[in-house]
Amino acid sequence: MSKILVYLESNNNTLKRVSFELITAAKSIGTDVTGVLIGAGEETAKSSQDYGLSELITISFGANNPYSSTQHAAALNNLVKSKGFDTIIFPANATGLELAPRVSVLVDGAYISDVVSIKNEGSELIVQKPVYAGKALISAKFNRPVKVLSLRPNVFTAVKSPAASLNVSSFDSGVSDSEAKVKVKSLLKNEGKLDVLEADIVVSGGRAVKGPENYHLIENLANVLGGAVGASRAVVDAGWRPHAEQVGQTGKTVSPTLYVACGISGAVQHLAGMSSSKVILAINKDKDAPIFKVADYGLVGDIFEILPKLTEKISSVKG
Amino acid sequence: MNILVFVSRVPDTATKIFVGSDGKSIDSKGVKYILNPYDEFALEEGLRLREKNGGTVSAVTVGASESSEILRTALAMGADNAVIIKGENFDSYQTAHNLAEYAKSNGFDLILTGKQSVDFDSLQVPSMVATMLDIPSVSVVSKLEINGGNVTAERDVEGGRELLETTLPCLISCQKGLNEPRYPKLPDIMKAKKKPINEIDAKAIEPSIVITGMELPSNQRVGKILGDSESDINEIVRSLHQDAKVI
Repeated sequence: MSKILVYLESNNNTLKRVSFELITAAKSIGTDVTGVLIGAGEETAKSSQDYGLSELITISFGANNPYSSTQHAAALNNLVKSKGFDTIIFPANATGLELAPRVSVLVDGAYISDVVSIKNEGSELIVQKPVYAGKALISAKFNRPVKVLSLRPNVFTAVKSPAASLNVSSFDSGVSDSEAKVKVKSLLKNEGKLDVLEADIVVSGGRAVKGPENYHLIENLANVLGGAVGASRAVVDAGWRPHAEQVGQTGKTVSPTLYVACGISGAVQHLAGMSSSKVILAINKDKDAPIFKVADYGLVGDIFEILPKLTEKISSVKG
Repeated sequence: MNILVFVSRVPDTATKIFVGSDGKSIDSKGVKYILNPYDEFALEEGLRLREKNGGTVSAVTVGASESSEILRTALAMGADNAVIIKGENFDSYQTAHNLAEYAKSNGFDLILTGKQSVDFDSLQVPSMVATMLDIPSVSVVSKLEINGGNVTAERDVEGGRELLETTLPCLISCQKGLNEPRYPKLPDIMKAKKKPINEIDAKAIEPSIVITGMELPSNQRVGKILGDSESDINEIVRSLHQDAKVI
């Protein structure tokens, strides 16, 4: 019987959506699931009860303590060892991808990152993870008693299934501030800008946009859809858009509910970063462009003609 | 400044992937291998720090003997030393263990790596090595400043940009945007062919994971591709709204 620990993450005193995805995924492989929340009050974690969490452990390092991966990892190590957790689940995002491998070494566990499916087969936990930028998937199992995994955001669906109660306890990690060997000094927020990694809908532009001055076509469609703005590598390399918006093998790998590729031909590297999207709409002049091979829906034509009409039509449908 | 740069040999990002006959790994036939693109940022950063502060840059890889090719690229870019730790089909933990052992016995002020190898895309070796060495690390860094022993690094996180502080010795994993890697010049490429590559045998330790299979992702798409008329656009919007229910 595995004892599962789920790493919960909050932002402005609200749990991130990925935390609920992790709880649902954890409950699909076991019944003994505990959440851990570091550096935020238990009020923040109340909403986790709606997703079926009944045990929560909070760890605190004192007020206004900046985030430190080394300090968090040391505290989680002590928690795992003192309570005997054998399965630890992190989100495969900026925080989790840095923290999970640290924790896995400290607890002498085995770690598999960026997992997109998990299941029990007999007594074994089998996971799948994309490799070669999603061009292939591997199935793998853990060769150590303690298993550490990070789950790709937006892939596991968070399901509401309220727990009868949420039992909260605090854990004194015994980790001092001297363990904070690296600290976050400041966080510059992209105010009002949705990140392609966290958005439900992503609208990306490619070379056919022809210049940064035309990018409002992409932005207008993204605004109407309530989505984030993305870009192909060609667009970023040309300096039209920042690298943070790049989707593809040397940019970000996204799996939104809807991905709209505008004027993107679909180089292997770009497809690698978006082909796990649930629904794909492509707009391109060339009917033989590779992007149409992975698209659910397509419009063959000039984006300068199509995008304004499409934006208007979607706006009227969403009314 | 004694800088170690960990590099790896990966399939070219334009490679089409096929599953090999063992059903667990790729068919390497016809695959072109290159220096991991993110490792170029790590090498370039190391070379610039050496140009500013003096010291040495050593490129280190864990892999089969073919991995010497990417060490030649590192030498051509300007690395002072190249080291191959020979071992095949290692998982990330085994690789990290061998890199950490090398760093321990040879000493260092700074370790630079690419943010991920574009084969298994795990982003785990950097944090693992740093933990094994009990040093701080910052992952996915796109701006780095080192003054004396103080390090400031910037990285993109969901919805913003983090500024972090730490001290040497530390490990930094490098993201695109950190710098513009240099192209080796032909005379440097020729010279690099004659430079020695230091060979060490890897320590075989128990793998931490077992790969049980590999498959290509299934691609079941609706495939409704229309033209550019008003009615085509209306029909696609209707489909998105009523069939796919995504808008």
